[in-house]
Amino acid sequence: MSGIRPVVMPKWGLSMTHGKITEWLVEVGDRVSDGQDLAEIETDKIAGTLESNQDGVLRAIVAEAGRDAPVSGTIAILAEADTPEDEITAAVAEAREQLESGEVAAESGPVVEAVEVGGRRISSAVLGDGTEPVVLVHGYGGDKNSWLFVQEPLSARASVHAIDLPGHGESVKDVGDGALTGLAEVVLGYLDARGLGSAHLVGHSLGGAVVAQAAATDPGRVSSLTLVAPAGFTTEINAGFLRGMAEAGSRRELKPHVAQLFADPEQVTRRLLDDLLKFKRLDGVTDCLRTLQGTLLDADDHQAVDTPALLAKAEVPTAVLWGAADQVLPVPQQHSPQVVDGAGHMLHMERPNEVVQAVLAHLPG
Amino acid sequence: MARTINYREAISEALAQEMDRDQRVVVMGEDNAGGAGAPGSDDAWGGVMGVTKGLYDRFPGRVLDTPITESAFVGAAIGAATRGLRPVAELMFIDFLGVCFDQIYNQAAKFRYMFGGEAVTPVVIRTMYGAGLRAAAQHSQALYPIFTHIPGLKVAVPSNPYDAKGLMTAAIRDDDPVIFCEHKAMYEVTGEVPEDAYALPLGEAEVVRDGDDVTVVAIGRMVSVAEQAADQLAGDGISCEVVDPRTISPLDTDTILESVEHTGRLVVVDEATPRCNLATDISATVAKEGFGALRAPIEMVTAPHTPVPFSDALEDLYVPDAQRVANAVKATVGYERSGA
Repeated sequence: MSGIRPVVMPKWGLSMTHGKITEWLVEVGDRVSDGQDLAEIETDKIAGTLESNQDGVLRAIVAEAGRDAPVSGTIAILAEADTPEDEITAAVAEAREQLESGEVAAESGPVVEAVEVGGRRISSAVLGDGTEPVVLVHGYGGDKNSWLFVQEPLSARASVHAIDLPGHGESVKDVGDGALTGLAEVVLGYLDARGLGSAHLVGHSLGGAVVAQAAATDPGRVSSLTLVAPAGFTTEINAGFLRGMAEAGSRRELKPHVAQLFADPEQVTRRLLDDLLKFKRLDGVTDCLRTLQGTLLDADDHQAVDTPALLAKAEVPTAVLWGAADQVLPVPQQHSPQVVDGAGHMLHMERPNEVVQAVLAHLPG
Repeated sequence: MARTINYREAISEALAQEMDRDQRVVVMGEDNAGGAGAPGSDDAWGGVMGVTKGLYDRFPGRVLDTPITESAFVGAAIGAATRGLRPVAELMFIDFLGVCFDQIYNQAAKFRYMFGGEAVTPVVIRTMYGAGLRAAAQHSQALYPIFTHIPGLKVAVPSNPYDAKGLMTAAIRDDDPVIFCEHKAMYEVTGEVPEDAYALPLGEAEVVRDGDDVTVVAIGRMVSVAEQAADQLAGDGISCEVVDPRTISPLDTDTILESVEHTGRLVVVDEATPRCNLATDISATVAKEGFGALRAPIEMVTAPHTPVPFSDALEDLYVPDAQRVANAVKATVGYERSGA
């Protein structure tokens, strides 16, 4: 293989079968580096940016803007500048034929399974078979699918478990007293249930505080921490957002709250709102969210959690990332997080490659 | 996210989860347990379409077979509801409402009003409606407008598996009598449905597709027909907003009016015959409340004012299809006020 490396349609989330390229952000002939934005892609659920996972020269575009392509279908060809033109032509022809015939080897996608943790159902999506386990823990009102842009690129180097915390996704709709220690026990219990001695833990928002608590409880089981806009770093928190997420009963009521999650409110698609509303309507969810407000907020609507104090209890390699335009948890002035421009609270959806690189930096090799 | 199951399984799952959650929920109807007096589960084929199959073994004594006497068992279900149970009775075909209508419209619908709000009647009557199965004039009607006409009844017409589960759960938990209308051609329709229990509000429409040029309100199975038409029209550059009321009593007129205020045009698609149906009801409401927003006459796509024909060819013509909806949309989009 003389350096020809296909760029394929990614699989973002469990139900994605195809995607539409809305815009190419690079031109044929451009040199592309690992992590560079390649194209805007739209699915029936979400619009996102495909980032390159390798260096090379973009030699050909197979699927032009406006085209639909199945997951795993080749949409462009990366190679070296000196790769012979006839090899590129042959690769393009083969890829076009595949797209036309629809005969693309189906990507297996994450495996969704539930395990019992302390007698309670905990659901997760697992992708990749690398030796290093990575566990992704979402925030308040989120679920395992919020890692869709992060899980796939990480799966090339690790076995990546995106879990649903209690009260969320497809896990049990019971958070007990909602205490951080209890949620951290669930994460550690998940490691037990999966036979994982230790893992790299990645947490967003509430999930960031949960994985920090897990490290404080049992540091030997935590290989590294990557905290994405974690709770508990400042006193301020957008309490109105937390309450709005719990109480909103319709798409219309929900939309302004969800819009605060992103730097660009256009990211809030109808499918995103639909899925969130469907989650919120499940029996027990509203009570779970209200209980978790008690974990996150003190009597004055300030943050009740002190995450740096938890981190001080565990000597674990830790990276902290923040979106510059976060409207839920402000960027802390201390602890020097890595601040990413153009992103809000959902950094892992808005600038996924920054999160991916931070996690990869913790992996050996 | 969620797993995919069909409309039948979605309704069955709602029944099972509510029976699990609440001992007062019982299921009754014809052929639920293989005929009156039939022993064991071998014959418990779960009603004519198998919706309640599997419940007989799981909930001993709470899946009741009844004689073919709708007047008796619908009345029994309503009476049991007034005394503390939460029965779900199966009126096999909506066409049979005639023999048990007094129990429904003059008893169940009236108790809350006639006893000063002291009496509640938490009964659900499941029933099948709709043409397309070659079942002829007495087993194919879309008679849900008749129940919609009666104050005191709630009427749900789910158009997909997700709504079917959530509306059934809500119907069982509701303290008023709910007529739950299942289209008999939809049991195999599949969709994503969460495994956890959930209730959808009764009286909240769903905008199933956003659009700018015309609002298409469709009832029950007609929602998928309207979506097909909308797909087809998108190719012609016409953008349809499709609204599914989900329950036709109460009716979420706010959502319909908001949509018409945005698009300025309305098409209503209703499988029922055209006199005093949902198409005329919704059209009249919008003509009065949303007159200022309308840029063209309202179009109605309905069955003709005849019994459902037994001839296959005529039955196919009888039920509104995507082409008829598309034609109606084009008529309203292409309308120009004469003399303007």
